[in-house]
Amino acid sequence: MISFKNVTKIYPPNTVVLDNISFEIKTGEFVSIVGKSGAGKTTLIRLLLGLEEPTSGEITFRESNVLHTKRQQLQELRQKMGVVYQDYKLLTNKTVHENIAYVMAVIGEEDEKIDREVREILEITGLSEKANNFPNELSGGEQQRLAVARAIVNQPDVVIADEPTGNLDPYNSYEVVALLKKIHDNGNTVILATHDKEIINKLGERVITLDDGRIIRDDLEGKFIL
Amino acid sequence: MLITFKRVLKFAWKDFSRNRANNFAAIFVLVIPILLATALLVFQGVSTSVVSQIKEKIDVTAYFKSGATEDDVLNVKTELLKLSSEIKEVQYVSKEKALQDFTERHKDNPDFLNALEEVGGNPFLASLNIKTEAPLQYEKVTSFLTAGPFSQFIEKVDYSQKKDTIEKIFSITSSINKFGFALGAVLFLIAILVVLNTIKLAVDSSREEITAMRLVGASNWFIRGPFIIQGAICGFAALLICMVISGLAAYFLSSAVAVLVSGFNLFGYFISNFWTILLIQIIFGVVLGALASFILVRTYLKI
Repeated sequence: MISFKNVTKIYPPNTVVLDNISFEIKTGEFVSIVGKSGAGKTTLIRLLLGLEEPTSGEITFRESNVLHTKRQQLQELRQKMGVVYQDYKLLTNKTVHENIAYVMAVIGEEDEKIDREVREILEITGLSEKANNFPNELSGGEQQRLAVARAIVNQPDVVIADEPTGNLDPYNSYEVVALLKKIHDNGNTVILATHDKEIINKLGERVITLDDGRIIRDDLEGKFIL
Repeated sequence: MLITFKRVLKFAWKDFSRNRANNFAAIFVLVIPILLATALLVFQGVSTSVVSQIKEKIDVTAYFKSGATEDDVLNVKTELLKLSSEIKEVQYVSKEKALQDFTERHKDNPDFLNALEEVGGNPFLASLNIKTEAPLQYEKVTSFLTAGPFSQFIEKVDYSQKKDTIEKIFSITSSINKFGFALGAVLFLIAILVVLNTIKLAVDSSREEITAMRLVGASNWFIRGPFIIQGAICGFAALLICMVISGLAAYFLSSAVAVLVSGFNLFGYFISNFWTILLIQIIFGVVLGALASFILVRTYLKI
């Protein structure tokens, strides 16, 4: 479903962030990308989303070359990816309910369906009580859960989570990872970028380890080894 | 398509009501260019009225020698009308009519009437009063009368005496016009920059929001639509304010303006040009507000 082929990213003048990276992710996989801070995890996700262009190499998502996709098509690709950003990227001017409803409105869902599914997802993520609050009225954990809810509500082809537990205490971290696991159990593809050793070791799924912009391990039932 | 449009409208209205502070600032800033554009239109109306009044008052009078018969005078009148199609009107004033007019005009002033009596008889000359479409034509008329075949009948043509005054008035009017429009244009440019800046502040505060919208796959129009409509709503609100301000100003200043520019009815002008004023206010309110949002949001859509 996703493939990186000899991808290199160099920031001028000569900071190599990713160095000749190649890997593939199949439908239904749960892949963790681990590495120290600055190892290139976030850049890898930004490249996949078309937010940045690789210096060389090819990235494909569902047979579409992300690099050569036009803006309009890129937006359509992004609709198929549910992303939980490190800094949440919530719509601060919209309520919790509206934040989730927005991504459904983007793909043109009917109002009744939006209302029903938003309520369901709020229930699942434990945010029903906060439906009419604005993001800045939520705690860190609640904002994180809202970001996850928004990422999964459209049942995207792939859910990508970039350090979703970075700002959370162990209890909230566990909740978010459990949510991702649940999504995966329903047959969805999940990519989790993190440097949280405990989480990775508990998951027992495929782990790609990055160090200094290179893949140093790719284990099917990996552990956090650095 | 329809559902998307409906949603864009809904988002626009919600965002508009949530960003009250920013939007109120935008509305009041938008009032400035709209009022300026309206003021320029009114200024143009006033200056056109002044110029046409001056034009109306300018004429050339040719006085005929006392020996010229009425037939001679009427003959000159016919020839004058043939001279140019731009000659608007030629009015014959006979000796008797001139005397009658003078007596009528000064009937309350015995000094003038006494003086007339002392002179005895009718000291007035028969004359032709000529009006043309363009002031430049007066030169032509004057030379036709003084140097043409009828010069023997002509006592004097009073254009040369008025000439300097006429030219001066026209040069002053055209200078005032040019200066007014130049000043208006500069103020207007400043006002537009202020509008752009204010709307930029509002859009800038939504920068992260716009980025987040792009990241979840929203199309450009889905993102910019609500901003454009908010800009248009601000423009519309500003338009309403300006309509009230300009209507009230026209009503209350009408008598003061009529004193300065005699015969100019400001409120009448406002009413008779209502649709033009409304169109100008729509262009400089709704269109400017929407266009500014369109341009400014575009900057943040490039991801």
